[in-house]
Amino acid sequence: MNDAKADNRMTVLSELAVGETGRIKSIPAESAANQRLMNLGLLPGMMVKIVQVAPLGDPIAIEFTGQRISIRRSEAALIVID
Amino acid sequence: MSLIEGMASAVETPRRLARVAMLGNPNTGKTSLFNSLTGLRQRVGNYPGITVEKKTGVMQLGKGEAELIDLPGTYSLAAASPDERVVVDVLTGHVSGTERPEALVCVVDATNLQRNLFLVSQVAELGIPMVLALNLWDSACKQGLNINVELLSERLGVPVVPTIGRTGEGLPQLRAAIVEALEKSARMRRIEWPESAAQAEAKLRSAIPESVRSQLKELELQRLLFDADSAIIERVGWNHEEAREVIEAARKPLWDAGVNPLAAEALFQYAHLKEVLDGVVLSPEEALPRGSESIDGILIHRFWGLLVFVGMMFVVFQAVYAGAGPLMDLVDAAKGWTQDLVGPWFDSMPMLQSLVTDGVIEGVGAFVIFLPQILILFLFIALLEDTGYMARAAFLMDKLFHWCGLNGKSFVPFLSSYACAVPGIMATRTIEDPKARLTTILLAPLMSCSARLPVYVLLIGAFVEPQLGPFWAGVTLFAMHFVGLFVAVILAFVFTRFLIKTKPQPFVLELPAYHAPRMENVLFRMYEAGKEFVQRAGTVILAITIIIWALLYFPRPADLEAQETRAFAAEHAQTAGVSEEEALAALESDEELAAALQARIDGAYVDQSLLGRMGKGLQPIFAPAGFDWKITVGVLASFPAREVIVSTLGIIYSLGGDVDEESGSLRDAMRKETWDDGARAGSTVFNLPVVFAIMVFFALCSQCGSTLAVTAKESNWKWAAFTFVYMTGLAWIGAVLVYQVGMQFL
Repeated sequence: MNDAKADNRMTVLSELAVGETGRIKSIPAESAANQRLMNLGLLPGMMVKIVQVAPLGDPIAIEFTGQRISIRRSEAALIVID
Repeated sequence: MSLIEGMASAVETPRRLARVAMLGNPNTGKTSLFNSLTGLRQRVGNYPGITVEKKTGVMQLGKGEAELIDLPGTYSLAAASPDERVVVDVLTGHVSGTERPEALVCVVDATNLQRNLFLVSQVAELGIPMVLALNLWDSACKQGLNINVELLSERLGVPVVPTIGRTGEGLPQLRAAIVEALEKSARMRRIEWPESAAQAEAKLRSAIPESVRSQLKELELQRLLFDADSAIIERVGWNHEEAREVIEAARKPLWDAGVNPLAAEALFQYAHLKEVLDGVVLSPEEALPRGSESIDGILIHRFWGLLVFVGMMFVVFQAVYAGAGPLMDLVDAAKGWTQDLVGPWFDSMPMLQSLVTDGVIEGVGAFVIFLPQILILFLFIALLEDTGYMARAAFLMDKLFHWCGLNGKSFVPFLSSYACAVPGIMATRTIEDPKARLTTILLAPLMSCSARLPVYVLLIGAFVEPQLGPFWAGVTLFAMHFVGLFVAVILAFVFTRFLIKTKPQPFVLELPAYHAPRMENVLFRMYEAGKEFVQRAGTVILAITIIIWALLYFPRPADLEAQETRAFAAEHAQTAGVSEEEALAALESDEELAAALQARIDGAYVDQSLLGRMGKGLQPIFAPAGFDWKITVGVLASFPAREVIVSTLGIIYSLGGDVDEESGSLRDAMRKETWDDGARAGSTVFNLPVVFAIMVFFALCSQCGSTLAVTAKESNWKWAAFTFVYMTGLAWIGAVLVYQVGMQFL
């Protein structure tokens, strides 16, 4: 999971545009929000879609395994996409 | 249980009630199912020491009955939030006053089985008999999901019942399944932990000090292993440093297997659930479009979503602010009728008469008057939550609140508080994050509620408009509505950083599928909110009203009335140029004169009442804000409810209590008021700096016993006391600043 951080060309979830889909490469468990996301089933290898960005730019709504979840941009920036 | 109670229940029911707990994720229709199972036979309280709501009810089960506990909705057992802690502690039997349940009803959303079973699989570790309710079955069917219920039941080893909470379908089967689970002790098959997790757990078990281990169930060992900083450490009184070391050492097998312990449970459980559900759920070849997606296209759209939001909030606010008006007038009128009806019964006993009419009936009216607003607000809250829109509203508004430590769900409570803080504070129940919730409770009373309006109208109408013109009168009224908000924003920043030490919850907000609201749910929510308010806040409001009544009523010197009558007759004799006997006779026949006399007598009573004396005694404290003793008495009398200021001023200025904020006579009396002594002797009391100081004082001050009662109920008395102190302190500082700065310009 850590090698992704060394790769400076990596994409993170917060960089995807509305409507775009990505596959989770790594999701750091140390963040409380990400731990909760994993409990909801967002795990490495899973497809995730950006559904909408809130009017003021934050938070964002994502979709995975048929559910819609809203998270803050700062958390999405920790999730690395393939 | 006392001996007699024990005997009585032994006669009625040979065996005590079976205890069943209901658990599940939020947004699964769990509460609706709970209501259907228990009907109105519910009790709502708090778990000891925390503000998590404890709901219990009695349900019919076969030929007998069972006690049903509605546990808070959670996604996992990671004991991080207070809700999750309660679920873990109840299930492990560690909450005093709540015995460990004998069976569980796990409510899951049939449209998202895998995620919902995560919690259930965690709970399975406890080995408590269980029934699985596949709720929202109709939605699953609509989506074309084909769920093999029998196969699922076989794989899990527990009864599985499809239910539709909205229509009550499947409820008889669910009851039967609970009986079956209790009788057969049907336990859910547990996950087979991979070697690394099993090793880690064994390691932890052997490394934990005996004093701690004896208090822990296996499930709690797992919580310690998988969760970051589990709250269980605190509960068992384990040294934090030592705990961290022991737990970290025990996690080694997981690290060795290349698994981050904090991710381990999710990875293992979801792998397990994938196997469990393999072949159980068949999705349609082509996914049917779900309504939620197209609705969200508009409702959380960056532009249209905001527009809809503003429109909806406008409707909610109007309904609470204006819509409740006629009902509140009705309550007020009913109070008046009751006073008129009951009053004469006590004509021979003036003190008792005053206690009953001005104390008790007034006090009951004082809390019943809030019911229309509470019921209307909760009608909308229930609709917003039941449909799934509330989460969208929080999503849209989050950024606006996030920077000062709150979150999007604070919007509705703050908005409602512009009508009245009482329903506003009750609306904070929709905020899951305890830190954001408490901060919202503490700051909601700063919003300019409708009870402040009469003060603004009176003072602006009497002084600002005549002196500065209608434009500045409008600006002032507008600005007064922002003073509290402005202060609240700064305080939110301060409170969340320095005062409230609770850990903030991560913001992970489910946007649940949209559903048509269910009328029964909505009505039940309104009933519940109203009932709780009356039960828990009503008594406090009544008590406060009676105390203030006593402070205004006593002492009651016997000769005061005669004295005032004589003095009034003498004055009237002089102005009208008649003899005192004629003046006294005129008092009997002339209604206008009699009313003026009565107003004067009432004023004299207030003048020498305990509260009046306190006002004079405390006036020096308010002198730096330019308040004379009459304003000070008005301010003091307004602490239980700020809206009484206008009628109190009417009494103090001997105009009677029937004046309102538009009264010309009250405005005239105030304009004529001058200082008798002191630095400003001879000049008018109400110059513009004083007027603005009073308005700022009322904008910021905690002058509402009902708000404090509700704050105490929704948090505790300590925070209610804090609210009173911080607001009143701020109000004083604000008023002094305004007056002192204002006087420099005069």
